[in-house]
Amino acid sequence: MSAVIETSELGKRYRRKWALTDCTLSVPAGHVVGLVGPNGAGKTTLLNLAVGLLRPDAGTIKVLDGTPAAGQAQLARVGFLAQDAPVYAGLSVADHLKLGARLNPAWDVKLAYRRVDRLDLDHGQKAGALSGGQRAQLALTLAVAKRPDLLVLDEPVASLDPLARREFLQDLMEAVAEQELSVVLSSHLVADLERVCDYLIVLVGSRVRVAGPVDELLATHHLLSGPRRDPDTLPDGLDVISASHTDVQTTLLARTSGPVLDPAWTISEVGLEDLVLAYMSQAAGRRRRDNHHHLEVQK
Amino acid sequence: MIEFHLDARSGVAPYRQLIHQVRQALRLGMLREGDQLPKVKDVVAGLAINPNTVLKAYRELEYEGLVAARPGVGTFVTGTLNGGPLTAHGPLRRDLQRWLAKARRAGLDDESIEALFASTFRSASEEDIA
Repeated sequence: MSAVIETSELGKRYRRKWALTDCTLSVPAGHVVGLVGPNGAGKTTLLNLAVGLLRPDAGTIKVLDGTPAAGQAQLARVGFLAQDAPVYAGLSVADHLKLGARLNPAWDVKLAYRRVDRLDLDHGQKAGALSGGQRAQLALTLAVAKRPDLLVLDEPVASLDPLARREFLQDLMEAVAEQELSVVLSSHLVADLERVCDYLIVLVGSRVRVAGPVDELLATHHLLSGPRRDPDTLPDGLDVISASHTDVQTTLLARTSGPVLDPAWTISEVGLEDLVLAYMSQAAGRRRRDNHHHLEVQK
Repeated sequence: MIEFHLDARSGVAPYRQLIHQVRQALRLGMLREGDQLPKVKDVVAGLAINPNTVLKAYRELEYEGLVAARPGVGTFVTGTLNGGPLTAHGPLRRDLQRWLAKARRAGLDDESIEALFASTFRSASEEDIA
């Protein structure tokens, strides 16, 4: 299967500060990809580069084998839902659908009307008067009805209440099942993504910390606990992501390349949330250490 | 038709939960040969989960010979499950009760009994594999 997003040493700088550094990724088609990381990690920057709203300052990015936003055909293949689901407050629901039909060559009229009716949206209502959940659903309708091959969503559920959040994700997953879309969506909450994503990218401090299919990540990461030991005496093939020690015990979250044979360790599975948090705190710890040596970095 | 549900806090992978629920329904007679499993699209829209999760569960069930996919129609039950004749349960239960009484007399509390059972069960199944 080909890649929907392929980057090589991609970077983006705002004045002197790099918002994204040395980002090399190959995201296969047919997945729902979760892009997670704390606020300010560079998620929006990466997504904006993918849809062509930003140009890279370093490296390259290909989306569906093309240059982002290069020409009509490329624009038609990628759907984008920016943060907070922007709609035109002064235009009615019907106006939005008309606009969608005018602007998108592959517009699916039937799909658009079916969705709006199912959502029970009043065609004459101004978008500005819709609830947050309805606005998000209207924006998703526009993005889905343009029939893209790749749908990019920036924090689509962050501002929604739990019910609207669930309904939005149900709708999104139904569209994925029906249209065989590839999806990339960002969130700073892993819990939002756990059910819907089968591929994960963890972005912290402008760098990609880990990326891969969720199944593979869960199968290769383990929680090991055992008698306290010196971190330098750990066996090969164990990439420690986070470690904590008490006076008698050592607990590690580690990426393992083979089975752990030492019977001194009690091995348990890791949940996705713990895995992501371990990478986030690893990155935070590294930054603190770096800053200690180079105080000017903190500016 | 059965309806799936997911326990987000169980720590069990969603596709495993789906498989477990189908197997459970087969054991309890809620699903019989010829019955249709919920359509992928409906499961996905109901639970807000990734379609690949459902497909993976159905593929695994197919591999186990419990269901078969008919392209364009759906996935149907083709096999049955049974955990041995129910008549065998009575004597086994009595043995277990005697063993439990013995464990209590030896001073084990509920948690120790569970831990002992689980670890013995695990090492016994590992020996079976080896």
